[in-house]
Amino acid sequence: MAMTAAAALPKSGSPVWRRFRESLRRHPTAIVGGVVLLLMILIAIFAPWLGSIDPQAVAPIRRLKPPSAEFWFGSDMLGRDVYSRVLYGARVSLAVGIAVAVLSTLLGLAIGLVTGFVRWLDAIVMRVMDGLMSIPPVLLAIALIALTRASVENVIAAITLAEVPRVVRLVRSLVLTLREQPYVEAAVAAGTTLPRILVRHILPNTMAPLLVQATYVCASAMITEAILSFIGAGTPPNIPSWGNIMAEARSLFQIAGYLILFPGIFLSLTVLAVNLLGDGMRDALDPRLARRM
Amino acid sequence: MRRLGATIVVMAVVAFVVFSLLYLTPGDPAAILAGDAATDDDIRRIRAKLGLDEPFFVRFGGWVWALLHGDLGTSIFTNLPVTRLIGQRIEPTVALTMCTLVISIAIAVPLGVIAAAKVGTWVDRAVMAFSVLGFSVPVFVLAYVLIGTFSITLEWLPVQGYRPLRDGVWEWFRHLVLPSTALGTVYIALIARITRASMLDVLSQDYVRTAQAKGLSSRAVLLRHALKNAAVPIVTVIGIGIALLIGGAIVTETVFAIPGIGRLTVDAILRRDYPIIQGVILLFSGVYVLVNLAVDMSYMYFDPRIRY
Repeated sequence: MAMTAAAALPKSGSPVWRRFRESLRRHPTAIVGGVVLLLMILIAIFAPWLGSIDPQAVAPIRRLKPPSAEFWFGSDMLGRDVYSRVLYGARVSLAVGIAVAVLSTLLGLAIGLVTGFVRWLDAIVMRVMDGLMSIPPVLLAIALIALTRASVENVIAAITLAEVPRVVRLVRSLVLTLREQPYVEAAVAAGTTLPRILVRHILPNTMAPLLVQATYVCASAMITEAILSFIGAGTPPNIPSWGNIMAEARSLFQIAGYLILFPGIFLSLTVLAVNLLGDGMRDALDPRLARRM
Repeated sequence: MRRLGATIVVMAVVAFVVFSLLYLTPGDPAAILAGDAATDDDIRRIRAKLGLDEPFFVRFGGWVWALLHGDLGTSIFTNLPVTRLIGQRIEPTVALTMCTLVISIAIAVPLGVIAAAKVGTWVDRAVMAFSVLGFSVPVFVLAYVLIGTFSITLEWLPVQGYRPLRDGVWEWFRHLVLPSTALGTVYIALIARITRASMLDVLSQDYVRTAQAKGLSSRAVLLRHALKNAAVPIVTVIGIGIALLIGGAIVTETVFAIPGIGRLTVDAILRRDYPIIQGVILLFSGVYVLVNLAVDMSYMYFDPRIRY
């Protein structure tokens, strides 16, 4: 189904890009998503200059103050400013989301391209991928985190490993249809080497569906990071992330609901923005699907 | 039969992955599992317990042999068999996931069918908007919003906790309503979306037009002709979505203080009790694989052209 989108891509000014721009105009939600995401990225970059104080600064005297003019989002059980912590938390969520999306797409692309063409490898790799996919992603990440020390890098590695099989599946199915295309067969007949076929003929045609897939991976990685941090198997407590701000508020939510509310709203908004952007891109790149999904 | 063989291969891969993670991770796993305050003695004890001193394949063989005999090893922290620990905690988790599964399918499939039947109207757009939102709000954020609304403000439902079924169906259900709603939302979003897409696909087919042309009521066309033919993608996504349900159950149990396998896992993470985590992964992956085997089998009912 992704074929129609894949069959004709880049070169700006081509009908595809005009269609792309038109569809974006027809999907205002995608634009809203893009704007919100951009805003979050700006917040993450400029966190220190947005009226925030040191997110780790402890002040026992002002513990658990509800939101006020001084502490916009209130303060937590150690007197730390929740507003500052939420702003800095954007860094972790976005870094994890984007890093996992990029890494798992690259890894999945490499594995998928090769297995789609090398038959004997295909059977083995796909069985391994089936096995990995049978382990619920959150659990696979939990196992890896339990065996390593908690750090943002390990969280990224763990979630990437859990997401890669899905990308491999997608790339492989694309490659299997693409390799039957006449121009690929022609290239094979002309004696083009395998790496060259992969890079010149197959790779460009996998880009559009992969881009869409990457946004969904990004959204799901941000949720997984929050889940891991929330149950104590994610970002270490000395780095504020939306997940572990909420984790620390677990036993306090009846008296200080705002501790969960603000990071929760930021996280949901960001994931929503990424999802809207992904939906918009998918519709734009694959008009056949647009009506249905 | 070939499908069954593939299932066994997948389970073998799962077992191998779960087992070899111990070896693939950098550093000495025994030292990490023992924690920062551990003495050399502790590390040696964990080493011996996990068999880290023996060659990889000897250890793996022994582990699989024990596994086939229903032995998942013993917990490092409590020294109890993992199977017994899981057995003690399994009831609430089964209750939660089954309750969620039933509620989700009962809500999501009609939602998707209605959205497809009224495609392009505000009903359709509302269902799709709900679906995107459902994907975006993490289960524990939703859980706290629900608790804040229905338990703390309105005081209709209990805040936390679990009552076993033998304490009465009503109490049992009252404690499961909010957890199931929180856990089910993303699942409902997923199933509703696929149901709608699959129904739209089928509704444009010739045989649906024929059924309409011969004067069948739109209800009969929708349910008898369209839904059954649209079922294969729907049951597929129900099967795949089990993975979401399992991951979400761990979090949901944490929020609602439900003493199930999720709690067991979270406690095991804090104590770095790897045998328990290993056991839980094997159990859940096994459930996932079996559910998806059942899903594959159900294709034969929905689409008699499919044979294995």
